[in-house]
Amino acid sequence: MIRSVIVYGLVSSAVLALTAMGFSLTFGISGVANFAYGAFYILSGFLVWALLNYLKFPFVLAIVVTIGVVGGLGFVTYWSILLRVRGVVLSEVIATFALGVGILELFRWLGFVTYEFTLPSFIKGMVVIAGVPVDYQRLFIIGIALALVIFLYFFTHYTRIGLAFRGIAQNERTAISLGIKSDLTGALSLALGSAMASVAAIVILPLGIISINTGYEVLLIAVAVGIVGGLESVPGILVASLILGYAQVITGTYLKPEWMAVVYLAAIVLVLSIKPSGLFGKFKELEERV
Amino acid sequence: MAMRYRKERLDRGIKVRCDDVFALSSYREVLYLAMPKVLPVAILLIFPLLKGVVGLYYEKALVITCAISLLALSWDLMASVGLISLGQALFFGAGAYLTGYLNYAFKLSPILTIPLGTIGGALFSTFLLLPVLRLRGVYFAIVTLTLPLLLGRFIDTTKILGGGEGISGLSPLPNLWFELYVAIFAMLVCLFGFRRLINQDYGLVLQGIRDNDRAVMSGAINIYRFKVEAVFIAGLAGSFAGAFMTHYYQFVGIPAFAMDYSIVPLTAAVLGGPGTFAGSVIGAFILVPLSEALRGFGTLRVVFYSAILIICVVGLPEGIFHYMRRKYHQFERRREIG
Amino acid sequence: MEDGSILEVENVTKWFGGVAAIITVSFSLQRGELLGVIGPNGSGKTTLVNLLTGFVKPDSGKVIYQGKDIAGQQPYKVAALGIARTFQMAKPFYQLSAFKNLIIPLYSPRVKKLRGGKYGNRDDVAIDLLEDVGFERDSFVPYKVASSLPHGYLKRLELARCLALRPDLLILDELFSGMSMSEVAGTLPIIEKLNTEGLSIIMVEHRLKELFRIAHRVMVLNFGAKVVDGSPRQVMDSDAVKAAYLGDEDEG
Repeated sequence: MIRSVIVYGLVSSAVLALTAMGFSLTFGISGVANFAYGAFYILSGFLVWALLNYLKFPFVLAIVVTIGVVGGLGFVTYWSILLRVRGVVLSEVIATFALGVGILELFRWLGFVTYEFTLPSFIKGMVVIAGVPVDYQRLFIIGIALALVIFLYFFTHYTRIGLAFRGIAQNERTAISLGIKSDLTGALSLALGSAMASVAAIVILPLGIISINTGYEVLLIAVAVGIVGGLESVPGILVASLILGYAQVITGTYLKPEWMAVVYLAAIVLVLSIKPSGLFGKFKELEERV
Repeated sequence: MAMRYRKERLDRGIKVRCDDVFALSSYREVLYLAMPKVLPVAILLIFPLLKGVVGLYYEKALVITCAISLLALSWDLMASVGLISLGQALFFGAGAYLTGYLNYAFKLSPILTIPLGTIGGALFSTFLLLPVLRLRGVYFAIVTLTLPLLLGRFIDTTKILGGGEGISGLSPLPNLWFELYVAIFAMLVCLFGFRRLINQDYGLVLQGIRDNDRAVMSGAINIYRFKVEAVFIAGLAGSFAGAFMTHYYQFVGIPAFAMDYSIVPLTAAVLGGPGTFAGSVIGAFILVPLSEALRGFGTLRVVFYSAILIICVVGLPEGIFHYMRRKYHQFERRREIG
Repeated sequence: MEDGSILEVENVTKWFGGVAAIITVSFSLQRGELLGVIGPNGSGKTTLVNLLTGFVKPDSGKVIYQGKDIAGQQPYKVAALGIARTFQMAKPFYQLSAFKNLIIPLYSPRVKKLRGGKYGNRDDVAIDLLEDVGFERDSFVPYKVASSLPHGYLKRLELARCLALRPDLLILDELFSGMSMSEVAGTLPIIEKLNTEGLSIIMVEHRLKELFRIAHRVMVLNFGAKVVDGSPRQVMDSDAVKAAYLGDEDEG
């Protein structure tokens, strides 16, 4: 029992971290809370499904195309909508929220609500780790989550665009004066965040079916992990994922899986009342930025 | 060569004269000033008497419209302090469940449960939101989005308060007239009350917090207290809607925390014009009947709300109310330039 | 006013990440004194203002105001004790008209108490205050929406917002930056007058000529540390100041 909790806790944590990372990345760079995140996630799922089943794409090609399209959609969203309302928090929030709800409900109306929508897993089969059977897909999720964290670290520390991202995140005005294009960077941050939603969807969705409500769920998870860990902090996201991931598996094992919502609620209320900016959040209440 | 024009806006003469109250000199001017307020209110008050003409269906739709208006007004009040709520369902659900439970468990009459549910619901939701009010920016939006959804699941899993089935068989309200007039009255009180509040010195402080919270702080004002009070007042309006609709439906269940109660008021307020309050009501009176008419389209209505939201936010940020006011008080003409 | 210090700052230090914004700065301010604070860009002037007014918590050290340590207190509490500050970037309440901007500090419990619990008409008080800082009384200017005012007016609106609090200590964070010569010339006497009426003032400024004319004492910051503290004459002649200013900046 305890062994399976340890192994599956790690899997759940990886799922959460993978789900939350894109949302947090976009927020950390451009300060845009992408409430269409869950919709992009589900859109990716349906897109891969459609490419595989209608256009008979090879699996790998379908994945590449989907990540590209959804990333591009993030870019276009920024360029066509967010750029016009940049700086007006009210409008940014409402626009992305509306976009997300619109996409998800459109799918619902179009009838994407049955159980036939599933994605294939990458590699079939399973291994036994420390007496606990784990399928390859779940191991793969842990691997991808780790790979993405490492990729992000190197990307933001050693590439030109990545450094521009960090510059904008730390001090937008100074970054602009150094010739970093704020708008382009913002658009790229949304593109990258959306592409990460897409990656998360492609590796996580094979574990279940693609359903509209998952879209809301994913947004909820991304936000919950962000609130607990601190929205723009990568270590915060990792720690919060571990906490919530293990909490999830423990409640699932010893109570009932549905109790997860209660755990989330408790975690959010607890963190908010102790440290409202999240465990690792540096969210400023006051300081004047000049 | 093509002529080039520019649009010029001029205040109507009557508006110019009316801006100073002492200049009112004729019934025409009094009418001009009073019309935009008196006419809609009069129509609203007469509407319940016209059951024979408009039919029961639209009478009932009016009750729902009033409830959505209340939620939109509540949204607008918080937005005036710079707090963007994506979860008006929080207030609605809190008021609804408390009222339902009081009626179910203690057999209290609606005369008691509705006020208690309103105040209790507002207190409960304000309490939940307390910690977030210390933070700036989008945090409020993020947390308000999550809370109602999680609370709904919470009730579903823990099976408290009727769990997934909800509580049904609650006391009905006395009659349709009572329902209609209470709903209309509550909406009008909030509309005119909020409009007055925001223009008073107290309301100026609230608007100041939205524009520049630091400057308010350095004006020796505890912005935290003001935010809490504003959320509580807004919560009263939202929770009343929930409390009232619980007895209207004689049922309370998880749908009280559903996204509908968040997105429809939000759309109404943004469509009507944020910060005007009257806009929220106008928005609700456009959206709710429209969505009743489009009932056959199912969830496509939500897509439609989303489209309205995006279009309004990007292309029409001032909202309908400002547009209507401009048309009423000014005329436009094209003038040749250069 | 009578003697005695109104503010004692003792070894205040603030780190931002690995950078020390303010290192063990100590100074005191006498009642009715006008202290100028100068220093090159990034020398920690604004951080000092933020530390004094509660917007930033010091890592160590004390800020003793009228005998009470106020370091790390909430900004509104500091303001309620009578310390008013302007912001370097004049950000008014854009959607309110100029005089309505002043209603907000006038609404504070502090002003309510000072006015003996009487509300009176805040609008009239606000218009009077605007006149004090040089808004033309019988024009439309006080009634204009703040977002439509030119920069010089916004800066003076900031000043009026502080005066509305009836402060005992006024901290001006680069009030003159962005003002035209004539605007500065018009504002300088206002500050001088406030000071001669007994108001203690700390003035962070880049315009040295104007500052040196009215300041009793000038303190120089560089890289977060206090370099010199003395009369304007002494400071002007000090080598350390020349080094700080001429070494890496040519501003002033």
